[in-house]
Parts: sequence; structure tokens; C-alpha cells
Amino acid sequence: MRQQELMEMAQNERDRQSKYRCRLLCCASTPCISSGALAVEEALKKAVEAEGLQAEVETVATGCLGPCSRGPLVTVRQQGRSDIIYEGVTPQLASKIIDKHFKGQAAPELEKQAIPEDWPFFAKQTKLVLAESGNVDPEKIDSYLAQNGFTALLHALREMTPEEVCAEMGKSGLRGRGGAGFPTGVKWDMVRKAPGERKYVVANGDEGDPGAYMDRTLMESDPFRVLEGMAIAGYAVGADQGFIYVRGEYPLAAKRLEKAIRQAERKGLLGSRILDSNFNFRIDIRMGAGAFVCGEETALMQSIMGRRGQPVPRPPFPANRGLWGSPTLINNVETFGNITTVISKGATFYASYGTEKSKGAKIFALAGKVNNTGLIEVPIGITLREIVYDIGGGIPGGRPFKAAQTGGPSGGCIPAEYLDVPIDYETLQKLGSIMGSGGLIVMDDQSCMPDVAKFFMEFCMDESCGKCGPCRGGTVQMHRILDKITNGSATMEDLDRLQELCMMVKETSLCGLGQTCPNPIYSTLRYFRDEYEAHIKHHQCPAGVCQFTEKPLKIAVA
Amino acid sequence: MSEAGQGKKDAGNGGEDPRYKGIDRVLKRLQFKQDGLIEVLTAAQEAFGYLPEEVMIYVARQLKLPFSWVYGVATFYHFFSLKPQGKHNAIVCLGTACYVGRANDIVDAISKEYSVEPGHTTPDGELTLTTTRCLGCCGLAPVVVFENQVLGKETPEGTVGKIRTVLAGGSLGTVAAGQVEEASAT
Repeated sequence: MRQQELMEMAQNERDRQSKYRCRLLCCASTPCISSGALAVEEALKKAVEAEGLQAEVETVATGCLGPCSRGPLVTVRQQGRSDIIYEGVTPQLASKIIDKHFKGQAAPELEKQAIPEDWPFFAKQTKLVLAESGNVDPEKIDSYLAQNGFTALLHALREMTPEEVCAEMGKSGLRGRGGAGFPTGVKWDMVRKAPGERKYVVANGDEGDPGAYMDRTLMESDPFRVLEGMAIAGYAVGADQGFIYVRGEYPLAAKRLEKAIRQAERKGLLGSRILDSNFNFRIDIRMGAGAFVCGEETALMQSIMGRRGQPVPRPPFPANRGLWGSPTLINNVETFGNITTVISKGATFYASYGTEKSKGAKIFALAGKVNNTGLIEVPIGITLREIVYDIGGGIPGGRPFKAAQTGGPSGGCIPAEYLDVPIDYETLQKLGSIMGSGGLIVMDDQSCMPDVAKFFMEFCMDESCGKCGPCRGGTVQMHRILDKITNGSATMEDLDRLQELCMMVKETSLCGLGQTCPNPIYSTLRYFRDEYEAHIKHHQCPAGVCQFTEKPLKIAVA
Repeated sequence: MSEAGQGKKDAGNGGEDPRYKGIDRVLKRLQFKQDGLIEVLTAAQEAFGYLPEEVMIYVARQLKLPFSWVYGVATFYHFFSLKPQGKHNAIVCLGTACYVGRANDIVDAISKEYSVEPGHTTPDGELTLTTTRCLGCCGLAPVVVFENQVLGKETPEGTVGKIRTVLAGGSLGTVAAGQVEEASAT
């Protein structure tokens, strides 16, 4: 495909869309589908047909809008008017939408479901990566092209050398969104400079952290953006093969990506001689099979090669020796989602968001004890208070905020006294947590901290791959001590032993899973030590969660 | 062991057991590359519902891999099961948000009602109770997947009730529709 054709296709789609007086955008990502979005879409289509409005009204299934607990969501987009979003739409309400907007009938039950325009959930967000999510049809490439899709790839291929692309990434200050925050430009340059005949690009979509679903949403809602980002990366580092590793629990994401790859190949936007250049790039999907450790980059590569997903020591880093011994670029799916923004809007624009050291915006999955749960994208440097109380709408029942857990099993808890610190990579690390992939779980006073630590340790114990001793045995022992604390049989010596173990596992484990798995214990001990002591000394659980069924061995003997 | 493998190999080629055809198709598509082991096993599990030993032997022979290698991969990933699964599968999400929403109580309720431990199947082969780590529907926590439908905002009694309906021969469709209305009313 040539530049001209690309522009024409985009224009055609825009013309087609503008023919409709109104477009009904029905969110069809996993959370909304589970609340019945497909039935709503069907009902909308039927109602449009029954009224004979097919020529004027188009019903489109789109990606995620964000407030997932309020689904199914339907956006009514009328020409020359601002969008109206309805929450909790049922098939019955779907026909009311047609009645109200096209027949002028009053529908009080529908009014109630309209989301107010100035709702802080949307007002406080900055959508860079999710800009088109909820706007484009993830199963139609034309819909993406109409929003200037693939122009960033075109720009990179035509106007920039691979060096310049890497330099632009460096200038943008983009950092890896998988959690560690490694500068993307530096990584790309390393792979570009690494000697090797074949090189690979891998998108890490093995999003295992419980409570995190940013990558799934992005793959489901805007798969073309991920593909385009990967293609640009392929051009920048000199790779001609890419893999997307999709978590096994995400069948819908895999289906949509597969469809997207096929459509892009047919249009000559992936495959050989992309956009009439000398650049060839293929993308294949690899499905995970349920192993948390495969989110670790070396384990993930083992899994792509069809082996047990066990990490291998670094160095050599994947940038030098990765898949089949060739230099391999591994980035998180969300990182690839940022690429088109950096290229098409420029590094300076991108760098205008965020803090001095952490640029851009980050997607968080807001969940737990908070009124508005869902997916949000906020500029890095926003405070936790803004997220929890403005975007999240506070805690149900007006209960007090106790802590926010970020970074999943590798992260930690941030207590109430730090509600006003800016959220960026460095600050979170100083507080004993990590940015992580973006799960943010809010807890109120009904959550017991030693129990939360136990929950995460059980997770790590189950998911430890078993290759290195400290992680395999350490997680079991740490879990045992936490179990003792929560059932009342622990003594203060156990607490010291727990801390010792944490240090040992952290310092001596092979990969990130083991090195970070004590973090939930560290951070809860740091901020909620009194709770641990209440459990051990007084057999009291301040949150009222733990049942003390056992007694310490020593006392029982005495 | 080798006899069983040999027998099934013939079955695969001779087409005695049609389920081997699905595996053969994937093997050919991947050109018998050893890197494709996980995909082949996924296809095998889809065809058989689990991974019987003779199927793993068959896959090992076809890919020219040692059986221990195939067994190692099959036991490493949670997705693969070496035991037959129940007719119905209830998957309870134990991700952080569901955990905070007391998903543990749901597991306990099902496990008590049907005397089945998580990860196991009832003796009559009707119900398998599985737990999983985050399905990414945290806005609907706690989440249960039953009959391939994601059910949100579950309660211990509600979930057990739905399982009882389905096991008694009812369908989830009517229950699920009620569930949606209930959720939107809150």
C-alpha cells in the first residue's frame, strides 16, 4: 500500500461515518460483555431496524471506556452535539435510547442512567494511549485508519532513520510500563546496536498481576495501536519478526489481535514491503498457558520457544542474546501502545506530561473498595488522593481509606499518610512499593494487613517456578509464618525470622519474582507493624478478619 | 508405554480416533517444529479435555522430543490438566479485588456444598471447582466463571444456587439474565 492509498482509505471511512446522523457506540470489552453488553448491542440493532433508521444510525461495538463496574456502557454520538454516555444499559433500556433520541419521547428511566458530562472520573484523566479506546471498532482496521492509524509508521518509514526513531524515544522520556521503568530509548538502542543477523521484537502481554488488566484492555480495545507500535519498534531495531505473548486467560484479546493481524497483512501494513518500503515485519501470537512467572522476560522467551517457563540468569540480557540466541527487544504491551503517540505527536509533546524523571501518562486498573472502579489513564505525578477520591469517587459507605496496594505481588501498600505524594517510579520505590504494571487496589479499614501479605505470599508460593532454592523454599516458609500470625500461633521470634527470610529471599533469588515477593511483607511491616503485633501479642485482628483458632506452641506446653 | 504410544500413533494416522486429527492438523501447521510444543498441547487438551499419558507420548514422538520434556512442560503450566475434568467447571477468581470482595467465602461455600476441594472434581464427574488468579474483571468483583460465562458481583449463596440449577439440568441463561438486571439495579 502506498501513502496515497492509506490516506484515501482513511478519508473514505471518515466520509462513511459522517453520513450517519448518529452513531451508537456500545462497549464490548470483557467486563461489559460479562454484564450483558452483547445482548444490549443486539437490542440496539434490532430497535434501529424496527424503526427503519439503518441509513441514519450506526451501531458499533467498540473497546473499553473505563468505568467497568457501570457497564454495559452505550455512547450516543450525534453530529454537532457532545456525546452522551449511558451506564448500566439493559436490552429494555436500549430501545428507550432509540425512543428518546429519534422519536423525541421522554424516557425518565434512561435519564437516570446518563453519566453527567463533568463527571470527575473522565475529567481528571489524560488519555494518550487509550485515546481511541471506546472510539474505534477493534475488529475493523478502517475504523482505526480513520483516526489517522498507521500514519506514525508511515512517518517513521519515510522520514526517519532507525537511529532517529530510537533517539526520539530517548527524548520522549518514555519508560517501560511493565513495572521496572527502564528507559525505552536506551533499550531500543541496545538492541539496534547488538550484532546479529536476525532480531526479534516481543510484546509482553502476560499480565499476571492480580487486579491488573491494562494490557488486556489495550489489546482488546485498540489492537492496531499495539501492532503499529511493534512495527515501528521492528523498524528501529532492525527486526523482521515480532511475537505477542498473550496470557492464556485472555481469549478475546487473542481473537481480536489475530483478526487485526490478518486485516493489517491484507492491507500491506504488516508482512513484506510494508507501505512500499524495504521494511518487512511479521507478527505472530503466542498464547500463554497459565504461569505467572512467564511475565518475567527470560521466562517468557523460554515459553515462546515451547519450553518450561523458567527464568535464566541475566546477563546476557535479551537485548544481546534472546530468542534463539538472537538480540530480542521485549517491551510491555502498554509501552508499545505509547509509541505511536510519541512518533506522531513528537517527543516534546509526550514529554510535556508527567514529572521530571517519569514522562507521559500511565494506565491504572482501579479496583477494590472504591466507588468507581475501572480503567484510568492519568499523567504520571498525579496524587493518590486525586485517584481515590476524585476519579474513584471515594470509598463506599464513607469508610476510612487504609491503604492502596500497587504493583501486585511485587509491590507494596501505601498508607493514608502518603495520599498526597505524587505517583511516579521513584516516589513509589521510596515508599517501599513499585509502580508495577498498574494494578491499584484500594483497601478500607476492613482489610487486615497481615492477611493481605499472606494472600500475596500464597500467590508467590503457588507461582514460584521452582528453579532456584531461595524462592521455592523461602516463599513456603514465609507463608507458613504469616499463616501462624493470622491464626494466632506465632510468637515475636517468628516476626524476626520472617524479616530475616525476607532479606534472604530478596537478595538471593534468581529472577524478579523472588527478588520482589517479600515487598508486600516489607511494606505492611513498615507501616502496619502494630497490626502484626496486635495479632501476635494480643490475639486481636483490628480489621476483624482473622480467626484465632490456634495457640502458640510455647504457651500450650507451659 | 511404548506400545500404547505406538497404538495411538496408528490411530492418529489411521483416523481411528478422530480426536487425534485436531492434533495432527496443528502439528502440520507448525511443521513439526519443537518450539510449537505448547500450542500442540493446547490443541490436544482442547480435543481430549485433558492430557492423557498416551496423548503426551504421541506428541513427544511426533515432535521427536523426550517424553520427560513434554511431561515437564505439561505439568509446569496451570492450563494443562493430567486428570479428566468435570462436565461443568466453576472457576472462582481469587485476584486481589475479588479477594478483597471475599471470594474465599464463595470457594468455601461451593466446596462445602459439593464436598470438593479446589482443583478437584466431584466423584460423579459433574463439577470441577477451580480457582484462578485474576480474570481482569475487577470492576465486577467477586467474579465466577461458570459454563463459560463470566458472572460478576457474586455471593456465596447466589453462586451455589446457580450451580445447583445447572447441575439439575437447568440453564444458566435465565439465571444470568436475572443477574444482569440485579447488577444494574444496584
